[in-house]
Amino acid sequence: MNTPVRRIALAVMAMVLLLMANLTYVQVVKASDYRNDDRNQRVLFAEYSRKRGQISADGQVLANSVESNDALRYQRRYPDGPTYATVTGYYSVIYGATGIEDAADEALNGSDDRLFVRRLSDLITGRDPSGGNVELTINPAMQKEAYQALTNRGFAGSVVALRPETGEILAMVSTPSFDPNPLSSHGAEEQTAARTRFIAAEPEVVTNRAISQIYPPGSTFKLVDTAAALQNGLTPDTQLTAAANITLTGTNTTLENFAGTRCGTAPTVSLRDALARSCNAAFAELAATLGEAKLREQAEAFGIGSVDLSVPMRVVPSTLGEIEDTAALQQSGIGQRDVALTPLQNAMIVAAIANGGQLMAPYLIEQIQNPELDPVDVTKPDRIGQAVSSEVARTLTELMIGSENRTSGGGKITGVQIASKTGTAEHGTDPKNTPPHNWYVAFAPVEDPKIAVAVLVENGGDRSLEATGGSRAAPIGRAVIAAGLRGAS
Amino acid sequence: MAGSGSVPDASAGNGATPETPSTPLPTGRGIELLMLAFAAVLVTGALILVEANQERQLSRVLLFLGLAYLALFTGAHYAVRRMAPYADPLILPCAALLNGLGLVMIRRLDLAETERAAALGAEIPRQDIWFQIAWTAIGLALFVAVLVLVRDHRTLSRYGYTAGFAGLVLLALPGLLPSAISEVNGAKLWIRIGGVGIQPGEFAKILLIVFFAAFLVQKRDLFTVAGRRVLGIELPRARDLAPLLVAWGLSVGVLVVERDLGTSLLFFGIVLVLLYAATERVSWLLIGLSFFVAGGMVAYHLFSHVRTRVEIWLDPFANFDGAGFQIGQALFGLGTGGVGGTGLGAGRPDLVPFAESDFMLSSLGEELGLIGLAAILVVYLVLITRGLRSALAVRDSFGKLLATGLAFAIALQIFVVIGGASKLIPLTGLTLPFLSYGGSSLVANYALVALLLRISNAARAPLPRRPAQPMVPIAEAGTELVERPS
Repeated sequence: MNTPVRRIALAVMAMVLLLMANLTYVQVVKASDYRNDDRNQRVLFAEYSRKRGQISADGQVLANSVESNDALRYQRRYPDGPTYATVTGYYSVIYGATGIEDAADEALNGSDDRLFVRRLSDLITGRDPSGGNVELTINPAMQKEAYQALTNRGFAGSVVALRPETGEILAMVSTPSFDPNPLSSHGAEEQTAARTRFIAAEPEVVTNRAISQIYPPGSTFKLVDTAAALQNGLTPDTQLTAAANITLTGTNTTLENFAGTRCGTAPTVSLRDALARSCNAAFAELAATLGEAKLREQAEAFGIGSVDLSVPMRVVPSTLGEIEDTAALQQSGIGQRDVALTPLQNAMIVAAIANGGQLMAPYLIEQIQNPELDPVDVTKPDRIGQAVSSEVARTLTELMIGSENRTSGGGKITGVQIASKTGTAEHGTDPKNTPPHNWYVAFAPVEDPKIAVAVLVENGGDRSLEATGGSRAAPIGRAVIAAGLRGAS
Repeated sequence: MAGSGSVPDASAGNGATPETPSTPLPTGRGIELLMLAFAAVLVTGALILVEANQERQLSRVLLFLGLAYLALFTGAHYAVRRMAPYADPLILPCAALLNGLGLVMIRRLDLAETERAAALGAEIPRQDIWFQIAWTAIGLALFVAVLVLVRDHRTLSRYGYTAGFAGLVLLALPGLLPSAISEVNGAKLWIRIGGVGIQPGEFAKILLIVFFAAFLVQKRDLFTVAGRRVLGIELPRARDLAPLLVAWGLSVGVLVVERDLGTSLLFFGIVLVLLYAATERVSWLLIGLSFFVAGGMVAYHLFSHVRTRVEIWLDPFANFDGAGFQIGQALFGLGTGGVGGTGLGAGRPDLVPFAESDFMLSSLGEELGLIGLAAILVVYLVLITRGLRSALAVRDSFGKLLATGLAFAIALQIFVVIGGASKLIPLTGLTLPFLSYGGSSLVANYALVALLLRISNAARAPLPRRPAQPMVPIAEAGTELVERPS
């Protein structure tokens, strides 16, 4: 009977080997698939059981993690949620993360290489590992002012403010905003309900208008035309047509000045006055004179069309669109047709003008800190390039002062000279009967620019056909600048 | 097979070879004590790790647990020393180590559940660890009782039919009892009175092995009578198929009435292997396997719970939120553990349902990794091969069959459970011997180990001292009366 027993012993060993082979397959070959499967909550729990770093701006906490009494040990809190949601985003168990929570996730959860030393010392000392902190460039006073200015009147829109010298983003608002707290709660029902509200909201809440949505820039684009003109040897005194309208080359369509008025009384108008009065016919002619190549070159110098911009959230590229013929070029010259910019891009243009022509890369993260708030990495400003010469920048500033002085709307700041340009951009399938988007791009003070700002108010704010950049957007821009200068002085 | 210098020559034959009385045979008890101490050190270390990683202070629970473990196995060792001094020295330490690791993991899961309950403000759940310690004590009591009552395993063969009948009753009982008493999670294999439940199937397993071993030794000749030859294989006569048919019918009955795939599979597999060991005929295996396949196909088509099991096995993630959740979570646990594991107390094995019983494997695999599971498999392999080695060494056929059956029962059970939890084969509801939480399984397996020790004691013990005989040539040697199993 011994032979079968020996064979049975061999069979048993074969069975154990088979088990080992299968376990090896599961725990080695398929291990990373299983580990990283979305439905495997272990990774998530591990992430939540570590104290996630805080997001702060100028010492003010925008998002932090506090101990919670449930399976996930830490709960994310956003003390002033809606005001900063455009920047912070949310951090949801079910829906993942957005904004800085997503873009700076590695720093916040502590897996960033810059926090390696810290991780090592956590390991050795047995200290509870925790993530790094992210300090933002946001100026809370400006952010609050911008958020309130837009929401007080129920405007859907966006404000982006930059420090021209460095590219620091001082304010980034998109309204209507949302409260990231319920989305980041640990209760599935609360999250799902918040998510449903978030998705269904009208006007849209999901999109960050400041960087993820492009709008026709309207007359604010005339700054790009003017820059191209000055760069190519034209002067503020170059004469352009003062006619009330212009027939687009090769078509019967006419392009009118705002309200169909002539641009002054003379047959021609200087570039200086044309910009101050924002005459469409004159700039259509200017664009045609310059030609597509020069206009495109200038636009690209300001960063339009750049596809790899991130702040660190990815910025949707702005575009001039296809320009097929002169008629298209003439329309593009006044910031219509297929020209479309993000509010951030529009702010970058004025920031470059304010910074002597130098375009700085915009950024949100000032520094990454270890859990003791000591900086481990400070962002150095990055120069993208020279958009216009410093001389042209000076001239443009001068012209923009002229424009500001002709712009109505409240909120002018005593003792501070602003340089600006407004825009009232038609859009939609029935442009004449759709409330236009209102723009205001500006910087101040002109002697030593500290703040560059772009304000966009969607659809005339309160859906009025008469809304203009001056009436709707300019007061907001000025208020944001005022808030920033108050803090700086 | 794991070798050991102290084991007497297994091919000693039928006892005719005279022993040399001058050198006393090593008993192996010293090795057993050393190995038990080693197991105790490992288990205590693991417990400390669990408590440390769960961010608790080393509590007094640790001390109680450690002392209980030491006391229990010191007692068991003493019993073996007294009752079966020549028993295999590795079998008990293997069981003790597995039992200890099981205790560690159950304690670890207790901590996780307590923490969760505390966080949710719920009532602190029952601490399974104390129940498992109590079951260990009961198991070891039965272990000692078996060693005391069964002084010679051959006496068991006289009770073959009694054991068979008792086993049948135990196996059938839960199926016949009302569901209120016998059904837990869809399988009717419990007898629950008050808060305590036992699974009689675990005990029936051993009793039926005793019966089959006795029965086959008695009727062995019957099964070796050749029938027709088909394709070069000698088939048994049709009328001799009856025992196999009965076993098959029982297995199917268990599957249908009690909805217990695991016990059914285990039971049939053991009978098949015993038939093979008794008759040395491969044809029995082939016939049995074809029966199994046929039964499996029929069950697949007739019973939805069998079909569900197979579908889950094929793709657990197709229905992750439903039926595939357990096995899916178990695979996630195993995968997350990877080669080295997360470390004891540092993973989340509590995410898997039944983490302390049916899915003990994934709990261990997540925290100890592939390396830990390989080590555990090796411990099982040592336990099983020591059992089979006793089967080879023991002199009587009944002992051989019994030891083979008992050792193979453990082998088949770990294959079915580990294979099921790691998606090698469809999942069945069985426990890992000694590791999993569960009283019946633990107690029954200690009885099983006691029987293995008893047989190995018989295999390794020196023959009763005879006055020194002069060496006589074999041709002139006298005949001798050998006690015969009834």
